[in-house]
Amino acid sequence: MQPDGKGTSESAARQGASVEFRHVTKRFGAGAADGKGTPGAVNDLSLIVPPGEICVLVGPSGCGKTTSLKMVNRLVEPTEGQVLIDGQDISTVRATVLRRRIGYVIQQIGLFPHQTIGENVATVPRLLGWPKERIRSRVDELLTLIGLDPGGVRDRYPSQLSGGERQRVGVARAMAAEPPVMLMDEPFGAVDPIVRGRLQNEFLRLHQELGTTVLLVTHDIDEAIKMGDRVAIMQQGGYLAQYAPPAELLANPANDFVARFVGSDRGLKRLALMTVAEVDLREAATARVGEPVRSALARAAEAAYILLLDMDGRPEGWVNARRLRPEGTLDSEAADPSSPIFTPATTLRDALSMLLASAVQTGVVVDESGRYVGALTLEVVGAALRGATTPPPEALTIGSPSEPDDGHAAR
Amino acid sequence: MTPGEPLIRWDWIARNLDAIGQRIAEHVVLTGIAVGIGLLISFALSIWIVRQPRWYGPVTWVTGILYTIPSLALFALLIPFTGLSLLTAEIGLIGYTLLILIRNIVSGIQSVPADVREAALGMGYTQRQVLWQVELPLALAVIIAGVRIATVTTIGLTTVTALIGQGGLGYFILEGIQRFFSTPLIVGAVLSVTLAILVDGALVLVQRWLTPWTSARS
Repeated sequence: MQPDGKGTSESAARQGASVEFRHVTKRFGAGAADGKGTPGAVNDLSLIVPPGEICVLVGPSGCGKTTSLKMVNRLVEPTEGQVLIDGQDISTVRATVLRRRIGYVIQQIGLFPHQTIGENVATVPRLLGWPKERIRSRVDELLTLIGLDPGGVRDRYPSQLSGGERQRVGVARAMAAEPPVMLMDEPFGAVDPIVRGRLQNEFLRLHQELGTTVLLVTHDIDEAIKMGDRVAIMQQGGYLAQYAPPAELLANPANDFVARFVGSDRGLKRLALMTVAEVDLREAATARVGEPVRSALARAAEAAYILLLDMDGRPEGWVNARRLRPEGTLDSEAADPSSPIFTPATTLRDALSMLLASAVQTGVVVDESGRYVGALTLEVVGAALRGATTPPPEALTIGSPSEPDDGHAAR
Repeated sequence: MTPGEPLIRWDWIARNLDAIGQRIAEHVVLTGIAVGIGLLISFALSIWIVRQPRWYGPVTWVTGILYTIPSLALFALLIPFTGLSLLTAEIGLIGYTLLILIRNIVSGIQSVPADVREAALGMGYTQRQVLWQVELPLALAVIIAGVRIATVTTIGLTTVTALIGQGGLGYFILEGIQRFFSTPLIVGAVLSVTLAILVDGALVLVQRWLTPWTSARS
């Protein structure tokens, strides 16, 4: 983001830390240490989360995703293998010291009912022994950051807040001491779907400002695709089925389990990851308000419809070329404004939905100031999906380097 | 009762105000020592039980037996060892508080939601910090509820300690029975009940003051 942006200078200067699982196995029960005991909750898990990225662990219940997460802050100790943060084996760090450097958000939030919101948020800074003044200003800064009024909520108790507000406070509490790593276990699971969508967007915005490395556990593949820079799909028995950016997962599922898990609508899900800016737009026949019809028709050639633009290049609407009489000039009265309008940031999924619902089936793409830049049709959307779906032959070979940046570009 | 005698002779009360005040003070002290020491013992045992849950059964079994021994019998059994002393009285009274207090302290700590405990550990609290800063504050309402029951029970039981010469309001009750004289008997009983009600109310206020979050509503 902006490393020298104001207000977040201290936070933005901090970088997330890398997190690495190195052949991590966890067995529970008697004899676990000798390789006996119950079947593995996590089996030979190896993956690397680069600094500053959001890695989503997703899978059905019993796949070991929460167990894996808890091995990062040593609430669970691995039976075999190591977890490393920034290259350091965390088993060499005292658990309480380690945990104070790692943000932790759980589904039930776990706010302390007997402490005010301000005291809750101040938890880790207090444990770290920050001076009172610094804690106080940090609490107010965080409450503002998550969109709550510090004066209004600082001295209230958790029971006095709504579910969505409590969830935000839980995230603020986890971020309080600017941890380089955050662990989130079903963080948006306890709120209704509308609030969940809003909280997810808020968190993505916060994450862009903070650059913390995030490991997030969910059972919801849509949440995984939306939130993850990388997604680790785990399957029963604690096996990692695939670890890849979301677009890669959707385009090239590694096995049947992954394909079933991401769902038969994975084409639509991929469209949600792509924006209008990424596709090759069509050129529409255009004309300016006030232009003589004759010259407009001459330029439009075969086109049945002409897009009428105002003097600043903003679209007024479509005119039917065949209904125009060659005499006179074009005026905006003739234009049909019912065409959907997109910006480069519109996702292809939204664009497709609007195109299907509109009578015109050709959308107009405009830039930030509303000026025409191109036209988007169903064919363009289809071509984009096919273009990205069909993998180059070498990508089918197991182990070949894929395109690790897909997930970034898509967001 | 002697025939023709009124139920209450107010002039007796007026003449014995000093003695009444003294007996109330004795009663409060006897109860206070019993509940105070009972709380200390129960607290230590409870912390131990929370860490070693397999001892919960044996401890409640022993304190439960203690709780069921009739108080008169208990004092009688203790006299050969500790005599007609304050110690005898307090051993009995303290013994009766343990079951109630231990049960409430343990269940108060166990009622702390698992997610709150996990969040505390996950953020880097030590076990000791979890106990003192999270579990005990959250258990406080249940603990004080236990203290209320134990205190009210002890105020009632303390009337019996007059039998072994330790004073308290039971002295009047005993005097009333021995002299077939209803006034001191009624005075002792009514004051004992009143004291229980007042102390119970005071403890409710203490609980509200110590746990402001339980009454906070938006």
